[in-house]
Amino acid sequence: MSLDPSFVGRTYPPTAPYQVGREKIREFASAIGATDAAHHDPEAARALGHPDVVAPPTFPVVVTMAASQQIIEDPALGVDYSRVVHGDQRFAYTRPVVAGDELVCVNVIEDVSNRGGHGFLTTRTEVSTAAGEPVVTVWSKIVVRGEG
Amino acid sequence: MELPARTFRVTRADLVRYAGASGDFNPIHWSDRVATKVGLPGVIAHGMFTMALVGRALAEWAGAADAVVDYNVRFTRPVVVPDDDEGTEVEVTAVVREVTEDGLTRLDVTATCLGEKVLSQARATVRTAR
Repeated sequence: MSLDPSFVGRTYPPTAPYQVGREKIREFASAIGATDAAHHDPEAARALGHPDVVAPPTFPVVVTMAASQQIIEDPALGVDYSRVVHGDQRFAYTRPVVAGDELVCVNVIEDVSNRGGHGFLTTRTEVSTAAGEPVVTVWSKIVVRGEG
Repeated sequence: MELPARTFRVTRADLVRYAGASGDFNPIHWSDRVATKVGLPGVIAHGMFTMALVGRALAEWAGAADAVVDYNVRFTRPVVVPDDDEGTEVEVTAVVREVTEDGLTRLDVTATCLGEKVLSQARATVRTAR
């Protein structure tokens, strides 16, 4: 089943705010072996000018992967999640994510194409605080592998 | 200029820990049965785990946890992680492409596993001066 190209340009409603917890940042940093004190110790983060512990660069995927469910599970678009592989990923920061952030995601479908039996879907997620301050823009390209 | 190479060991235990921390519980990252059923040689690392290890290398090279301002990769090949104590290794190297006047350094990054590239077109911009 191919992806519906008419979805290009579609913008989804903002997601419910995600509360970034200090322990979640510590847990994520520990899972990737990131021992820098600014990920674990609020005082070390404050010394860098941040209000609380700083998330590692790829931490926003925790938030955006959950937010992308509204696209993946849209039956009209036609993504078969069991056939999905990750193609490209990009993070462009206005500032790092810090504990205490309440993050809202707005998903936009930037590109849809079908080539060689595979579907390609590029999404852009604008991640901002609930108050509207931009934090990071996240692009993700997935490939929906064709049958056989 | 080339930055000092970094090597990261990746075991099944790391994948389980990352699954929990990230919320990505796709069984291809912990079940050989499911991984082989979908045509993979075995359990593979989360692409985002590899990207996270490289992100860690970038921040450590730059010397600050908040140094990465732009970072993109293409996932070209899976990192297969055997079910033993040794696991596998991901090697990360980077070359400085440009240093801008406003204190940013642009890097071309390479990540390999068993000599094969697992990321391509991997680029990052890190803040090297405050």
